[in-house]
Amino acid sequence: MNGAQPMRLAAGGAIDRARPLGFTFDGRAYAGFAGDTLASALLANGVRLMGRSFKYHRPRGPWGAGAEEPNALVELRTGARREPNTRATVIELFDGLVAQSQNRWPSLRFDVMGVNGLFAPIFTAGFYYKTFMWPASFWEKLYEPIIRRAAGLGRAAREPDPDEYDRSHLFCDVLVIGAGPAGLAAALAAARSGARVVLADEDVRPGGRLLAEAHEIDSAPGVLWAERVAGELAGMANVTLLARTTVFGLFDHGAFAALERVADHLPEPAPHQVRQRLWRIQARRAVLAAGAIERPIAFGGNDRPGVMAASAVRAYLHRWAVLPGRRGVVFTASDDGWRTADALLAAGASVEAVVDARPDPPAALMRAAGARGLRVHAGAQVVGTHGHLGLQAVDVRLPSGSSLGIDCDLLAVSGGWNPTVHLASHQGAKPVWDAALAAFVPGRLPEGLAVAGAAAGRFTLAACLADGAEAGRAAASACGHAAAPLVLPRAADEPAAQAAFFHVPGPRGKAFVDFQNDVTVKDVKQAAREGYRSVEHAKRYTTLGMATDQGKTANVVGLAILAEATGRSIEATGTTIFRPPYTPVAMGAIVGHHRGRDFRPARHTPMHDWAAENGASFVEVGPWYRAQWYARPGEKGWRDSVDREAEAVRRAVGVCDVSTLGKIEVVGRDAAAFLDFVYTSMISTLPVGRVRYGLMLREDGLVFDDGTCARMGPERFFITTTTANAGRVMQHLEFCHQVLKPAMDVSFLSVTDRWAQVSIAGPRSRDLVAMLVGPGVDLSTAAFPHMSAAEVEVCGQVPARLFRLSFSGEMAYELGVPADFGDALMRHIMQVGAPLGLVPYGTEALSVLRVEKGHPAGGELNGHTTARDLGLGGMMSRKKDYVGRRLAERPAFTDPARPILVGFKPVDRGQELKSGAHFLDPGAEARIENDQGYMTSVAFSPALGHSIGLGLLARGRERIGQQVRAYDPVRNRDIVVEVCHPVFIDPEGDRTRG
Amino acid sequence: MLLLPCPFCGARAETEFVFGGDGSVAPPPEGENASDAAWTEALYFRDNPRGAHRELWFHRHGCRRWIAVERDTVSHAILRAELLVPSARKDGQA
Ligand SMILES: [Zn+2]
Repeated sequence: MNGAQPMRLAAGGAIDRARPLGFTFDGRAYAGFAGDTLASALLANGVRLMGRSFKYHRPRGPWGAGAEEPNALVELRTGARREPNTRATVIELFDGLVAQSQNRWPSLRFDVMGVNGLFAPIFTAGFYYKTFMWPASFWEKLYEPIIRRAAGLGRAAREPDPDEYDRSHLFCDVLVIGAGPAGLAAALAAARSGARVVLADEDVRPGGRLLAEAHEIDSAPGVLWAERVAGELAGMANVTLLARTTVFGLFDHGAFAALERVADHLPEPAPHQVRQRLWRIQARRAVLAAGAIERPIAFGGNDRPGVMAASAVRAYLHRWAVLPGRRGVVFTASDDGWRTADALLAAGASVEAVVDARPDPPAALMRAAGARGLRVHAGAQVVGTHGHLGLQAVDVRLPSGSSLGIDCDLLAVSGGWNPTVHLASHQGAKPVWDAALAAFVPGRLPEGLAVAGAAAGRFTLAACLADGAEAGRAAASACGHAAAPLVLPRAADEPAAQAAFFHVPGPRGKAFVDFQNDVTVKDVKQAAREGYRSVEHAKRYTTLGMATDQGKTANVVGLAILAEATGRSIEATGTTIFRPPYTPVAMGAIVGHHRGRDFRPARHTPMHDWAAENGASFVEVGPWYRAQWYARPGEKGWRDSVDREAEAVRRAVGVCDVSTLGKIEVVGRDAAAFLDFVYTSMISTLPVGRVRYGLMLREDGLVFDDGTCARMGPERFFITTTTANAGRVMQHLEFCHQVLKPAMDVSFLSVTDRWAQVSIAGPRSRDLVAMLVGPGVDLSTAAFPHMSAAEVEVCGQVPARLFRLSFSGEMAYELGVPADFGDALMRHIMQVGAPLGLVPYGTEALSVLRVEKGHPAGGELNGHTTARDLGLGGMMSRKKDYVGRRLAERPAFTDPARPILVGFKPVDRGQELKSGAHFLDPGAEARIENDQGYMTSVAFSPALGHSIGLGLLARGRERIGQQVRAYDPVRNRDIVVEVCHPVFIDPEGDRTRG
Repeated sequence: MLLLPCPFCGARAETEFVFGGDGSVAPPPEGENASDAAWTEALYFRDNPRGAHRELWFHRHGCRRWIAVERDTVSHAILRAELLVPSARKDGQA
């Protein structure tokens, strides 16, 4: 197999050589091993050109070996699962993996847009801002299409995402973020003390940097220690281990968000397996042990494939047994970089030179290098690189000023380590510059969060272990768990110094700071020259750190250059703030199961199945699904069904499911007095067994909700609300009680779901109800008049509540039974009602009937109307105080010129009215100053044979009989309408009361 | 997301609650003689303090209690949380 993988070492690495995996990149087949990433497998195959850059389409290979990767971005998978901008360095290889390079045309090796480099002057800092200054017509027609074609990254899939995502919750005493040496020690210390521990790491296996280094712990390979600790933790009942899980955000009060990649390492998720899971972890204490990320040095051509982070070179050598190059040069500003030379030599590669930017590297390093025969250039700098699609040579500027060319195919760069402080600043605290460390470390920490190990700037292995163990112990102890003994293992503790060296002066060629967004040293300096001194402004102006990697490698280098260019220290320049997410999170994972029909919960009434069986079309009203109409065979459209249903109610009898109305029991010694306070009308005078229509106002005097209020006993009321406002009314009642009238003895119970309720309306409704409740109930108008309520039994056995109420203007009843009987009730009603000509009717016919009767509903109860506007001023009691009373009296609300509810008919009866149309005087120009109000509801009235409408018209009552224009520029309509009384049918109400 | 310590239910996620506005303003005045200015103050004028802020929350998906929470608007630290129950207020206001 190694024959096909020319850069694979013969032995070593955490790969399974017994499990070869086939994959393709840009259509070419390759082989790798289980345990590889896409990047390590490609490098093993000698492929280091993996993509083109964002603006200049420069050839790019992997810079790193982890989540911070700015360069090696590919399109992964195909079809609906195609995902752009995935980092080859963290994609776990699977058999059959298909990846494509992106941002190149026609091919990766030959890219036409590579000439963007020639137009580099246009793409410099502030390019977008300056471009927006050009005339808009230029922008839309010329520049934007060109830029969109030229700059950009991968393509998103066009099909819907076929995968499922999950959301779950975890609660723990101690959350440990990162399973490197510090994190493992923290988790172990906390877990042994008995605390509930969650340990999360983005990697598939524990160990962190131990996987990438040749470190020893207790004189054995560090990875073995990591495995042993992880094994102990896995066996503990109080520990949850989350591998492949990135904790990407810290939110208020110890809430963390984490993304678990459940099936991303598989060709596709198994049946019923989710692709990813979003965890919300509520932790009492947390230990951030996220390690550190090596920073680049900006020099000419530092983006050429073959230029790589020194730490990544060691990771490829040790973890994946891959040789990233055969002839290496190390360019370093830290002691740590020197290790890379040893690692390369140990793997059989040659090391052409170690170039240390520091004039006097530690003598111990120099001596050791001498012993190995390494050529060292101290105080020297790499100023440029050569090579077509990959590195072939570097130019070194020696302290003397003379230049030296060195042939090589790998340049390992070590600019020092940046602690991974991101999560520590998600709550707003900025990292602070530690001059001794030459790095930013976490600033003021959010409550409950500790930072341990390299993330806190403690870089030696022994320090990481000790720091982690102490942080874990302290966190568990803060949660009330006494410390258990923990003997720290032995490990190296030699400090590795790093210098604050960020860029090489006088670079030959472009020196990149932000690889992913193609931001160069020159761009940052130009921004400083143009006055962008604030780090936040410079960031936005240059786009530094604004790519999908969020500047994990770029930010510190960029602000160091800004500091230098503006003549300030790094402390004085400051840094930008990090915000969630730490790494990109798929929208699918955030959405979880809430897609399509499952976007929000659906509520079905007890009669839903019956309605569906009977041809109902449903409409969403708040969370509910309500039957809109019941289509019958032969009906050509919804109007046929609705007209038939409305006519049947006026002629015979209809039944409508009104279970969705909010229903609340109001009980207590002060229930009546309380209802006096929340309704505009007097409720306390209502006799038991009677019902009153009720209107609630907001405190500002506008109408809030309407419904009915039935007195079931001296201290017991049953009130209804509109479907949409049921929850809000309940909240309002609790507010009025707990906040405004706390001394009142009253309580509330929402019984919306407890009662299935139907409206039975029409001239024959009494006949039908009589059959349901039996002869024992006297339904005569004398005994049970309009606005009555009684407790009855249906079929002699089911307890029920009967109300005589009408919304349609016909004689009508509402009958409620316990929800479990709803379906049976509906089927029974349909059976006994058939001889009477009974039809079921839906919300659409209900709306027609109520518009014909001039009853205000949703269109009129729109939060802008007062009781007077709706013709309900008579319901505003003058004998008591109630919510909204005072402000309902303010001058603007009592202005006689206010638009008021009236009815409308088209003068040409054949024309159709539309709600939303605005009213204008016949000769008036269509301008806002001439606006006279607007149409709120319309319906086709089968009873009248033409379109009718309700609307709010200025001085409407005075204008009955006059004509106005219904002007509707949105739908390009302008018709003449006649103003009329809002009650179109039976204005005297004889049918209702009959 | 906030974790609100409902005095009745314990610490619960913000999603169980409905925000009920500024809890530092006096309830609307009572009686016929309250001035327009008093009403305007009670309904429309709100401070936007930096630091401690008393606000009302309704534990809709829990105990259905209205609670008063004192929250630091900068750090989101919860300084206090108390029930608004009948015994918490003077009977004279009923
Ligand atoms: Zn509660």
